[in-house]
Parts: sequence; C-alpha cells; structure tokens
Amino acid sequence: MSILIWFTDPSNWSGPSGIPTRLLEQLVITAVAVLAAAAIALPAGIVTGHLGKGSAVVTSVANLGRAIPTFALLLLLAAAGGLGVSAAIIALAIFAIPPMLTNANIAISGVDPQARLAGRAVGFTGRQLFWQVELPLALPLIFAGIRTATVQVIATATLAAFVGGGGLGRFILDGFGLQDTTMVLAGVVLVAVVTMSTEGLLALVQAGIAHRLGRVPGRLTSSFLRVLRIG
Amino acid sequence: MDLLSALVEHLIITAAAITLAVVIALPLAVLAVRSRWLVTPTLVLGALIYTIPSLALITGLWPVFGLSATTVIVALALYALMIILRNTIVGLQGIPPHVHKAALGMGYSEGSLLVRVGIPMALPAIMVGIRLATVSTVGLVMVGALVGHGGLGQIVLNGFTNNFFRAPILAGTLLAVMLGLILEWLLIVLERRLSPWAPAAST
Repeated sequence: MSILIWFTDPSNWSGPSGIPTRLLEQLVITAVAVLAAAAIALPAGIVTGHLGKGSAVVTSVANLGRAIPTFALLLLLAAAGGLGVSAAIIALAIFAIPPMLTNANIAISGVDPQARLAGRAVGFTGRQLFWQVELPLALPLIFAGIRTATVQVIATATLAAFVGGGGLGRFILDGFGLQDTTMVLAGVVLVAVVTMSTEGLLALVQAGIAHRLGRVPGRLTSSFLRVLRIG
Repeated sequence: MDLLSALVEHLIITAAAITLAVVIALPLAVLAVRSRWLVTPTLVLGALIYTIPSLALITGLWPVFGLSATTVIVALALYALMIILRNTIVGLQGIPPHVHKAALGMGYSEGSLLVRVGIPMALPAIMVGIRLATVSTVGLVMVGALVGHGGLGQIVLNGFTNNFFRAPILAGTLLAVMLGLILEWLLIVLERRLSPWAPAAST
C-alpha cells in the first residue's frame, strides 16, 4: 500500500510542509474563524431570541448566508486583496454565522413559556430571568449550533489551500497538481480523520453539557412549578 | 468557457446530483423506517459522510471516475442524499399513530398506505430536505472546478488564476447565489402544487 508508505515516511512528518504544520494551520484557521463568528452570531441570536423580535431578520440572514458559496467567497476575498490566511478566516467566519445565529435565536425564544412565567411569578427581574432560566435551558441547543458550525468550518478550511492559506488541503491540491494519487488520498484521509474526530469530540462535550444541565433546569422548572402551585 | 455554458453546466450537475439523491434516498428512508433498527446506523453513516469536506470527497473520487462531471455529481449526490434521507426519515416517523391506525382501519394495504398517507404527510419534511440539499449543492458544485467541471466555479477559478481578475469572480459568485435562491423559490412553488391541501401562508 503506497498510502501506508506515505504515512510512515518521516519526511512527511517534519518541516514547513509536514503533517503537524499543516494540521496546526488548519486548526488555527478554524479556531479564529469560529471564535470571530461566535462573537457576532451568539450575542445577536441570544438578544433577538430574548426580545422575541427580529427573528425574520435572523432567518433571512441565515438563508442568505447559506446561499453564498464559500468557495467563491474565498476566491473573491483573496482577489480583493486579502492575504491567503485572512481571506480564508473571513470567508469561513461568514460561513459559520448562520448555524450559530439560528440555533442561539431558536434556543432562547423556544424556552418553555411555563418556565419563563414561573420565573416571573417568583419575582425574577428580566436580567435574572435571562441568566438563571433562559440561558441554562437554551445552552444545549446553543452548543449544538457551535458544534455544527465548528465541524463545517474545520471541513471547509481545506479550501484555504486554494488561496495560499495552508492547511491540510495543501496535500490534496499539491498531490492533484503533481498527479500523485497517493498524496491526494493521504490528504483526504487526514482531513476526514480530523473532521470526524472533531465531530466526535464535540458530540462528547455536548453530551456532557446535556448531562450536567439536564438535571439543573429540570429541577429549576419543577421547583418553579411547585412554587406556582403552592402560591 | 463562457458564462452561459458554465451556468448550464452548473444547472445540469446540480439537477443530476439532486435527482440521483432523491431516487436513492426515498426508498432507503422507507426501508429504514419499516425495519427500525436500520434508522440509527443510517443516520450515523450519513453524519460521517457529511463531515468529509467537499474538496476531499471530490478529489477522493477522482481516481475512480477521472476528470469528469460524474466525479462531481456522485460526490454532491452523496451529501444531498444524506440531507434528504434524514429529513424523509424524520417526516415518516412523525406520522401520528392514530392516523396510521385509522388508515389501516379503512382497509389500506401497507403499500397504498405509504403512497397515499405516509408520503403526503411527510411531504413538508421531505421538501425541506430537498430545498436545503439543492441550495447547498449549488454552492458546492463550484469546488468541482478542481476536476474541470465546476460550472460557474470554473469562471471564478479562471478569473482567480488569471491575475485575480475580479469581474468574472464576482459575476460567477452572484450568478451562483441567484441560481440557489431561484431554485429554492421554484421548489417552494412545486411544494405548494404538490400539497394543495396545505395552508398557503408558510414560507
């Protein structure tokens, strides 16, 4: 198997075009893009969800964001003068906004109205209601949005290689240019392994959050309802 | 390659991938829902395929199908398949038991129950799946430019390699966005036609 030889070749594991460097590039691009997108999308989604206004705007932003092809956006930004890495980060951040925005909005606005009413009944202010009722109840769904966005971005960060942004896509593009099927397949395997492990890891984190909060909001809701019933 | 033939290629690849996906996804979803143990493995497999980046999937299929449009169509059909399959399964599972029982009580056979009750009731979920798949496919076709069959992606990539010439990049991008939005609108119209009993309000 030539692909096993490729993976066991030490020269592929060192230097500026080795696997560790390319992997690090992919991870850094992903992290920066997701953080930038989260800084915009999460507050926007949470505020619109809390106020119960602007969900039409959220829906249309999300729809439009989905319709913009990342590949074209990437090349457009790079041609507009951005350096490879920054073009990739901006394009990927735009790509990551829709799932996080939509999920944050739906998560907050979809909080059980009974829990909200119960909070009001025990005298919570709007701020307390948000921090102690809405946010804990909405957290699993908000994190689901972050997970979807992160997996999409780490997978799509492969395209950064097109504009000189490095990353694991380099192996695929270089192998393609050299007509080297082994190198292309090695790149495909690397990218698939990295995205799948990210997905698996985030699924575990999500399960952990659900497990931790699963009891807290449950207790919160039921004790609220008990208070109501007594009162 | 001029803009018009790129647009036509884009449309053909999208239509072929979505048609292929629908033809495979619908029977597969029915099969999965009928023998319940198949549902989870199908969805897990779908999630796994969906994490593979388009560039990797297309280049991964390149040694198999060569530098042809088939490579792009098969890769994109796989993604579309997963979206449509998941939505169809959810739609078919969402049929209330009392509706199912009422239909059985009226003497529907399993087959006619599926065609005349199951599919119509699952139609909104199925159509949402097809719409999502179509819009994302229109965007992903562009990545096919790597193997020489990317429709409008070809225009964009040529403009890019040709000294960052912005006009074709912008034109290709805008046309792709418009194509996605128009196809989505057409599918909404189609859904209304297919389900005349549904209230007209929703978008």
